[in-house]
Order: sequence, then C-alpha cells, then structure tokens
Amino acid sequence: MTLVADAPASGPAPEAPIEAFTVTLIIRRFDPDVDEEPRWQDFDVQMFATDRILDALHKIKWEQDGSLTFRRSCAHGICGSDAMRINGRNRLACKTLIKDLDITKPIYVEAIKGLPLEKDLIVDMDPFFESFREVQPFLQSNTAPPKDKERIQSVADRARFDDTTKCILCAACTSSCPVFWTDGQYFGPAAIVNAHRFIFDSRDEAAQTRLDILNDKEGVWRCRTTFNCTDACPRGIQVTQAIAEVKQAIMRGKP
Amino acid sequence: MPENSAGTMTPRRPAGTLYRGREGMWSWVLHRITGVAIFFFLLVHVLDTSMVAVAPEAYNAVIGTYKNPIMGLGELALVGAIAFHAFNGIRIILIDLWSKGAKYQRVMFYVVIGLWVVLMLGFAPRQIMVILSEVSG
Ligand code: HEM
Ligand code: SF4
Ligand code: FES
Repeated sequence: MTLVADAPASGPAPEAPIEAFTVTLIIRRFDPDVDEEPRWQDFDVQMFATDRILDALHKIKWEQDGSLTFRRSCAHGICGSDAMRINGRNRLACKTLIKDLDITKPIYVEAIKGLPLEKDLIVDMDPFFESFREVQPFLQSNTAPPKDKERIQSVADRARFDDTTKCILCAACTSSCPVFWTDGQYFGPAAIVNAHRFIFDSRDEAAQTRLDILNDKEGVWRCRTTFNCTDACPRGIQVTQAIAEVKQAIMRGKP
Repeated sequence: MPENSAGTMTPRRPAGTLYRGREGMWSWVLHRITGVAIFFFLLVHVLDTSMVAVAPEAYNAVIGTYKNPIMGLGELALVGAIAFHAFNGIRIILIDLWSKGAKYQRVMFYVVIGLWVVLMLGFAPRQIMVILSEVSG
C-alpha cells in the first residue's frame, strides 16, 4: 500500500463547513465627548473557534459600530498594543482565542485598569512609559569593548536575564497590580522587569544606579506579591520572580 | 462575579468588573484584612491590659466582660486570623527570600490553608465547648 493510494487526483476531499458560533461581547464603552461615565454595550458576532478577541473587535468595528475604539498594530502578540481586560483578566486581544473562552456566557471586554481612560478600550500610556524611562532601560558601560570585538558574555551570564528580555511593554502586568491601581506613583512590574533586564546583564555597569532608583518608597518594596502580573504577562515572563530577584539584589548591595 | 449574573446584571456597574486574580491576589486580600484586624485587636488589648496599672479590680472588671459567647466567637475569629496571617506571612517571606519561592507560591498557599485547617480543627472544638459552658452558665 502506498501513502498516496486513496488520495483523489483532483486535490483534497471537500471539508465539512467550519462551524461558526454566535458570541456575545459586552464591551465597556466610553466616549469623553458624550459620556459622563463608562457604559456597557452588548454586541453579537459570528465567530470561529480559531478566531481571537481581536477578530471580534474588528468585526464589530467594521460591520456594526465604526465608533468602537481600540489599539492594535501587529495583531500577532509582538507590538504590545492591545492589552485589555477580558473576562476580568488582563490579556492581549490578539492572543486570546475564542475556543479558550466559555462562549455560553457573554465575554466582558474593558480597558486595562489604573491608567487614565481616554476612549473605549484606550488608556493614556504616558505614565506607564514614564516609569519605564526612569529605570534607564539601556546598556550603559564606561569601558570600551575589546578591540575589534563585541562584548563577550558567557552563556550562564546571559541566562540570568533571559526571561526579562522578552517584554513587549504591553502594560498587562502593571495594570493588573492592585498596588498600582491605588498608587499610580508605584514604578510597577513592567519597569522593574526592564530594570532587571539590565541590572543582571554582566556587560552593563549602571546596575547600582538602577538598584538605587528602585530602592525607593515607590520602588520594589511596594510589591505585595499578588502574582497578578505573572499571571497576566502574555510573554510568560516570571514577573514576580524578577521583582524578587531585584529585591534580593538591593539587600545584597550588588546584582 | 460578572459572568454568573450576565444578562440580568442591571445596571451594569460603570466601574468595571472585579479583577479575577488567583491564589496570590486573594491571599494578599486576606493577609491585609487579617493584618488590620489583628492591629485593632492589639490596640484594644494594650488598653485593657494596661488597666492592671490602674487597679487589679479594674483589670478584672474589664476582662470579665469578655466572658460571654459573643467574645468567645470573637476569640475564635481572632485565632483564625492570626493563624492565617502568620502562616501566610512565612509564605510571603519565602517568596521574597527563597530563590524558588515564587515558583512554589501556589503550592505554599495550599500548604498555608492546610496548616490553618489543622490548627483550627484543634482549637475550634475546645473553644466551642468553652462558649457553650458560658451559655449554660
Ligand atoms: C504572627 C506573626 C506575624 C507574621 C509572621 C507576619 C508577617 C507579615 C508579613 C511577611 C507581612 C508583609 C506582607 C506583604 O509583603 O505583602 C505582613 C504584613 C502586615 N502585617 Fe503581619 N505578621 C505577623 C503579625 C502581625 C501582627 C501581630 C499584626 C498587627 C499588629 C500584623 C499586621 C500586619 C499588617 C497590617 C500588614 C500589612 C498588610 C499589607 O500591606 O497588605 N501582623 N505581616
Ligand atoms: S512584563 Fe509581560 S505583561 Fe509586563 S509589559 Fe512586559 S510583556 Fe507586558
Ligand atoms: S496587536 Fe500587537 S500585540 Fe496584539
């Protein structure tokens, strides 16, 4: 028997039609020109199990209500534009599949919490990026690299900060943090993750500066280890672990 | 929970849904509630104990008022709160200081609950006996 024995000459057999479901989304809308308070609005959309929440938002915007406002760019979990609260948890709309949600009930979609709400699913990200900038998230070295060579790093040294290189700055972590909701001055998990990225980089020489910045009233000591950030991170970064490592580095006095 | 009341939820709270954190978040909520509760107990406890400095009779009078079923239940709750706070406090210390603490935080949470249940199974029956004996005079 050969592998191709049963294959019809005219291409693959006709497939059964893919099943579509009616999914109800309840979206928290806010138009600053009209609304005093945000309001919830229902939408019914036809979805396939392999569709994502982002596809549902597109369908609503393109076919039902063009005023629905949200951010997205890459649509593939790279740019970090579309973090939002889906059924009460921070997720990327472009990485949340319909099949992973219970569609017998409506799906609640709302903006991330703790940052100023601008419109519908869009918040003002400036305070978030301000904290990011404050931890000096770039390589700093006062010494020149070896002549005609790159700065060499062992595999073990690279591994120390591997996890925190994966951040896409989506703010899912920071806006899942109960401390950040009530204290907007707190640096927040994302800034600490990006500080961790350089604090534990053997080629960097400004670790102490960053440890001093984070050894602040609004720094790492605000962390109450609720693990909401670790649970929310779409990149699977062990955020609370990274924060704990920075806490320990501050106590040791060195990375 | 918003999902359970979907459709019938009128008016929907404009404030948004409750964030659905997991063990870590709820253990923190409990830790803060028990911490604040213990603090207020200690405040009162320092005051009533200091009655000893006024007069032994004053002290006895104040402590005597605690000998009733309501206070008995309060003591039960207090022991429960302190036990959770203490066990979970050790869990938080391990998360911060032990290199594998964050990895095992969920396991440690269920260990905390387990230890708490064992401790309460030991304490609650005795305390309930005491409360009942107070009721029956
Ligand atoms: C029995 C021994 C105790 C242990 C092992 C313990 C442990 C801890 C730890 C580790 C924290 C830090 C929590 C965090 O980082 O999120 C904490 C917080 C706290 N503790 Fe205790 N504690 C104990 C007794 C007490 C007592 C007697 C009081 C009351 C006077 C108290 C009140 C508090 C409060 C109000 C907080 C703040 C909670 C928060 O910020 O969320 N604790 N405790
Ligand atoms: S650590 Fe994770 S959740 Fe936080 S901003 Fe980076 S990618 Fe987003
Ligand atoms: S749209 Fe880029 S991460 Fe989702």
